Amino acid sequence: MEERRFGRRLVLASVLAAAGALAASGTALAQQEHVGQYSQADINFGMSLYGDNCVSCHGPGGDGVDGVNLRSGQFRAASSDYELEQIISNGIPDTAMLPGNYNEAELAGLVAYLRMMGSLDASDATIGDAARGEALYNGKGDCASCHRIGGAGSRTGPDLSDIANYRTAGAMSGTLVDPTEAMVPINRTVRIVAGDGTRYEGRRLNEDTYTVQIVDENERLVSLVKADLREYEILTESSMPSYADTLTEQERADVLAYLLTLKGVG
Amino acid sequence: MKRLAQCTFLAGLLLASAALVQAQGGGVTFERLLDAAAEPHNWLTYSGGYHSNRHTALDRITPDNVDDLEVRWVFQAQSLQVFQTTPLVVDGVMYLTEPPNTVVALDAALGRVFWRYEYTPAPTSRPCCGRVNRGLAILGDTLYMGTIDAQLIAIDTVSGKPIWKTAVGDPEDGHALTLAPLIVKDKVIVGIAGGEFGIRGFISAYDAETGEEVWKFYTIPGPGEPGHETWENDAWRTGGAPAWLTGSYDAQADLVYWGTGNPGPDWNPAQRPGDNLYSSSVVALDPDTGELAWHFQFTPNDPYDYDSVQVPVLVDYPAQGGGTLPLMFWANRNGFFYVLDRTTGRFINGQPYVFLNWAEGLDDAGRPVMTPQPPGATTYPGVQGGTNWYSPSYSPSTRLFYLSAWEAYGSRFIPQEAEYERGRIFLGGLPAPDDPDNVIPGLQRGVINNWTEAAGTGAVIALDPATGEERWKYEMTDVTSSGVLTTATDVLFTGGREGYFHALDAREGNLLWKATLGGMIANGPISYAVDGEQFVAVAAGNGLFVFALRE
Ligand code: HEC
Ligand code: HEC
Repeated sequence: MEERRFGRRLVLASVLAAAGALAASGTALAQQEHVGQYSQADINFGMSLYGDNCVSCHGPGGDGVDGVNLRSGQFRAASSDYELEQIISNGIPDTAMLPGNYNEAELAGLVAYLRMMGSLDASDATIGDAARGEALYNGKGDCASCHRIGGAGSRTGPDLSDIANYRTAGAMSGTLVDPTEAMVPINRTVRIVAGDGTRYEGRRLNEDTYTVQIVDENERLVSLVKADLREYEILTESSMPSYADTLTEQERADVLAYLLTLKGVG
Repeated sequence: MKRLAQCTFLAGLLLASAALVQAQGGGVTFERLLDAAAEPHNWLTYSGGYHSNRHTALDRITPDNVDDLEVRWVFQAQSLQVFQTTPLVVDGVMYLTEPPNTVVALDAALGRVFWRYEYTPAPTSRPCCGRVNRGLAILGDTLYMGTIDAQLIAIDTVSGKPIWKTAVGDPEDGHALTLAPLIVKDKVIVGIAGGEFGIRGFISAYDAETGEEVWKFYTIPGPGEPGHETWENDAWRTGGAPAWLTGSYDAQADLVYWGTGNPGPDWNPAQRPGDNLYSSSVVALDPDTGELAWHFQFTPNDPYDYDSVQVPVLVDYPAQGGGTLPLMFWANRNGFFYVLDRTTGRFINGQPYVFLNWAEGLDDAGRPVMTPQPPGATTYPGVQGGTNWYSPSYSPSTRLFYLSAWEAYGSRFIPQEAEYERGRIFLGGLPAPDDPDNVIPGLQRGVINNWTEAAGTGAVIALDPATGEERWKYEMTDVTSSGVLTTATDVLFTGGREGYFHALDAREGNLLWKATLGGMIANGPISYAVDGEQFVAVAAGNGLFVFALRE
């Protein structure tokens, strides 16, 4: 196929995209604790969204609409995950299935849940509490020492103000357990000694053949020409600590529930 | 014609240059196309001549003065689709397409527009991969454009008005035209796109005067035709094998060469057992009848979407005992560089030019010894291939072949059953990034580079076609979709997704000069001259940038 150019939502795009480009991104495929190809975190999140948005028509068993059985894993109007996302986003014209405005995390969650509905035991799901999660974020997790939300906190780590718009539940739960494994490569830490001997360490924002842009440990934007550098090292280890031991599973689920509420100011 | 000639004249005056190129009577005849090398100030076909080596004999720009290049003019497209066009330049007038299907004629020295023709494709158009167009063909005083709703349109070079329009395919079947047509004699030849929609691919020719179809070659043979036995079930009906990039022509052999794309469904070969001729192949056709002279299949039963949709580069290569050999050079998306005898299709040599693991090599006939990777493992190259449709270049001066490559780049292929439904995508699975635990970017190019070393890197590679060995390599952080241009003075121009336009030394691969154009380059640079002044043009982002030496 010819070459495709994807928008931000390439996950979805992937299937259709297929179209070749497909170096798909943090799709649900990508995560740990897979149930089949879907991460448990996505399924759990999808289940709670289903309860809030879909159950009124489709029913708890997925068979509330005549002729539609969501639990069967077979859809009349969709074969791929991409098409499922299209239906959930755009609705089905001239029916009660209305369009819905869902972000990356929500779509990935709904699709994972719809796909796994038939083989799930609802009691498996651990859905966190966002309010407790926020308290953990600011307290025991000390996340704000590296991250910023709504203008408060450090900028050394990525600003999380609208993280749910572009990362899935599966990806974020992966980050909490094993940040190095789940890290998006562009976010890597770089260590630089400039031509004049100045040392920089920071998070990569952008890079090309000739230059690199970072935010350094003093939260300054720095842009450097690579040919002028004495040393340039890209670290593959994340500087974010793993919370696999310092937070319990329930606490991580709470933090995740909080992260999933972060949708920016629009 | 008068108006054009006058304007060229004005441009000449402005540039205080002696020579005035007059538009020639009869426009661009087939004889002129055949001998395009004799008029290097023009760029008359998509690939710069029938042998498609994207090499210019112009020599004003050299490694010593390339530093003095400056932007002379910029044309801003009104469309935000990827700008994949290669302009044509004829006697001081440039013709280009703006996506999806707008044609613009400009003064090639000043960038001012003569006319603009805007075609509105049917809303049912569904090109798989963007509403793109790669350029035009010209014969006489007529331009030819294929459209994303599978129409072929003839347009007057002076008035910009359409003369005729022919339906090459049906957009509701998933047919589209994204390539620049190829003129051979009195015919306009195109190849169809739509390999993701379960089409049956074809290459077809139209009377340049009337638009009537003269012949149609199906890239999938029907029942009773030789090659049909390579489709073991009914899959041939929906087997893809599109032909969405411009071919080449050899007047001596009187053959047209065309690359063909993936069989469909793309990633589920189990649904289409057999070699699936003539998918992922090159076919050599009689330009008068469309009859097949020979074929060579690069990737039998292609499970990876390794389209052989590259431009065939034809080279009369110096033979050891004197004389020349009629060769075809082909850096395939599947990661191998091939040398074929273009009169017979005989395989001569083949070597990997990037790391690959889908095959352990090629046998004596050039057929790959396939080594499918276990489920979940990464296949190299990935789905976009070691290269793709990006035009390569061959320089008779360095005797090297240059291509844009994606290195250390892989995908995991996960076949799925696909059901055919007319006009709907028919893919058979989804290739995933090689590292499932990393969020690895797709092809989107915003202002931030979301491609990193973790996903692979881009490079320009210079190959010695005699051995298939790499002579030099110029590495880039991001991958590239740019074509390559070489000059008689051994300057190589290319670009990349980072928005840099590079001039490299074609002999050694050193960087000579670069410009930051701020948008990805997804087309091939060209060179031309007006009144003796040499220009280099390249599209980046949504603009066409035209450079010349500082006066
Ligand atoms: C107001 C009622 C209503 C709500 C709320 C609703 N749906 Fe639907 N949905 C329908 C109806 C009715 C149909 C069948 C439409 C048709 O006739 O094709 C449908 C169809 C579907 C289908 C297509 C099934 C198939 O076999 O192709 C999917 C998938 C689906 N809904 C998912 C969802 C999800 C996920 C949600 C919550 C985010 C949701 N729906 C919320 C009424 C609803
Ligand atoms: C010592 C600094 C530090 C602390 C403390 C820290 N992080 Fe991070 N975090 C980072 C850095 C650096 C990255 C970017 C690299 C990576 O993804 O691992 C990151 C990445 C992330 C990401 C992924 C962002 C993306 O764009 O993919 C999330 C989500 C996240 N952190 C959440 C948290 C939460 C929640 C906490 C507290 C429980 C936390 N972090 C604590 C430094 C930190």
